[in-house]
Amino acid sequence: MTNISLNPQQPKTAAMAERMAEVSGRSLWADARTRFLRNKAAMVSLVVLILVALFAFFGQYLTPWDNETIDWNVLGNTKELGRPSLANGHYFGFGESGRDLYSRVVQGTQISLMVGVVGAAIAVIVGTIYGAVAGFVGGRVDSAMMRFVDIAMSIPYMFVLILLLVVFGRSIVMLFVGIGLTAWLDMSRIVRGQTLSIKNKEYIEAAVATGVPTFTIIRRHIVPNLLGVVAVYATLLVPSMILTESFISFLGLGVQEPLTSWGALISEGVKTMNYGMLWQLFFPLTFFVITIFAFFFIGDGLRDALDPKDR
Amino acid sequence: MSDETILKVDDLKVWFDVKKQGAMPWVKARKLKAIDGVSFELKAGETLGIVGESGCGKSTLARAVMQMLPVEAGSVVWLGAELVGLDTRHMRSHRKEMQMIFQDPLASLNPRMTIGQIIAEPLKTHFPSLSGDEMKKRVQDVLDTVGILPNLVNRYPHEFSGGQCQRIGIARALVVDPQLIICDEPVSALDVSIQAQVINLLMDLQKETGVALIFIAHDLSVVKHISDRVMVLYLGNVMEIAPARALYAKPMHPYTEALIAAVPIPDPKREKAKQIMLLDQDLPSPLDPPSGCVFRTRCPIAERRCAEEKPLLRDTGEDHKVACHLR
Repeated sequence: MTNISLNPQQPKTAAMAERMAEVSGRSLWADARTRFLRNKAAMVSLVVLILVALFAFFGQYLTPWDNETIDWNVLGNTKELGRPSLANGHYFGFGESGRDLYSRVVQGTQISLMVGVVGAAIAVIVGTIYGAVAGFVGGRVDSAMMRFVDIAMSIPYMFVLILLLVVFGRSIVMLFVGIGLTAWLDMSRIVRGQTLSIKNKEYIEAAVATGVPTFTIIRRHIVPNLLGVVAVYATLLVPSMILTESFISFLGLGVQEPLTSWGALISEGVKTMNYGMLWQLFFPLTFFVITIFAFFFIGDGLRDALDPKDR
Repeated sequence: MSDETILKVDDLKVWFDVKKQGAMPWVKARKLKAIDGVSFELKAGETLGIVGESGCGKSTLARAVMQMLPVEAGSVVWLGAELVGLDTRHMRSHRKEMQMIFQDPLASLNPRMTIGQIIAEPLKTHFPSLSGDEMKKRVQDVLDTVGILPNLVNRYPHEFSGGQCQRIGIARALVVDPQLIICDEPVSALDVSIQAQVINLLMDLQKETGVALIFIAHDLSVVKHISDRVMVLYLGNVMEIAPARALYAKPMHPYTEALIAAVPIPDPKREKAKQIMLLDQDLPSPLDPPSGCVFRTRCPIAERRCAEEKPLLRDTGEDHKVACHLR
């Protein structure tokens, strides 16, 4: 009891404090990072994902061929002349319409990753804010906001997406709008549930008692404590966005020529599968599968790292 | 302690609406009377202890005084200003004058913030014009006051023990120089040895700064140690309010008697010889409180009159007030 230094003539703590430099603490984030770095599957996936991203950004510089030029000599006899070959620089061979498949895959990777990341980002931002406000404010506001989500969720989103693309024309912007419209709904539900459990913690009560304004409480106390769940869900959302886009492109409604995506390339590959031009399916499909696996493993790793108790 | 009254609570009522799960919106909610007409005063620099069993409304009373719950009726006058019905913005200016300490020390600190950020939060809220350096200086000063090395400002709450976390909670309350700190069972979650440290810290701080304390606990010996006056709550009603010494030496209300008789004596011989006054039954439901005196269903001396007429808090001299027809 006596070591409580109320009066300044107790030099013990003060002098000690001066001698010692400020100690930095280990945040929960730092702990999670350590656990994540120890997870082998997640680390391998992270490396794979980085390689895929590098391929999307810089892959084009590794080949002399671009993704537009059509080689008319190959066009008639792709099966014989269009095989993958290191010698002529067409590493992945030719695509269906006589274009270099490697460059097409680079282009498709760019578009698919962009759809995945932008779609997930919209979902995260809108869903987090919406869910946190609904959960924290509570009462009638919460009921109204969540009933709106329920109604929006009850509409089959693929139907809406297809309708949007048909009515407003098939463009990549429309694809973003369509995916963005529906992707945040699940997110807002998850975030609201988490907010409800965080809301009753004593540190929120302490902030209310101090008089911190509502939106500052949401920003400073609720959202940082939600981020773990949000991060996990976002990494799982990216592949599902890519899958959705691929499905739409596979149906022929998504990304339009001259742009392409993994889904569109796979769709083309499937058409020529029977003629023995399997490489046209193999390369885009390989990229598609390993990327989606990588995202799932990273999501798993993040979940284990962020909630060590829930394992 | 001066004679100036800083807080005057008059006939405060806090009722909660209770509805069955899945009830239709037009079904009328039943009223749970968590606080049903509590009045008391608090002087500057004084410590008021509030005791009572679980669910008697201690914490609700604290939150109602802080205007963190909707108040059904009554008034809370703080430094001459009525707080009930005040809008959020005007209330905010009073919040720096009254601070709160919570039961679970670790849960009351945001795990994602460093303790420096946690303690600086009231400063940021109420004195946004302070520069970063001034704020840091102030935070380090309070940390020193509560006995935590100021160079630990960048540590996170989970790196501290329960007692240290409670000190950090106290530092957060102190940082804006409040005139009242409401302590909601600040030591219930701590070890006995740490309890003593925290309580003595609070008493030392009170001597130093002249802050008034409302100290909620269910441990009667702790309350006796720290309080100038003690208020006994039962089912949202005040049973007795008196100077601590008088209340423990000569309890007037049968409920207070039973509470004090239940305190274990740390001497086996005396403890064995002690007459225990057991109350039968459980706490009645606050949804359907007994008529008249709320304590009558468990009272050993209840009479007919107790069921018919609600006893009012009556002064028996020397600041000793009791709500009982028979004493």
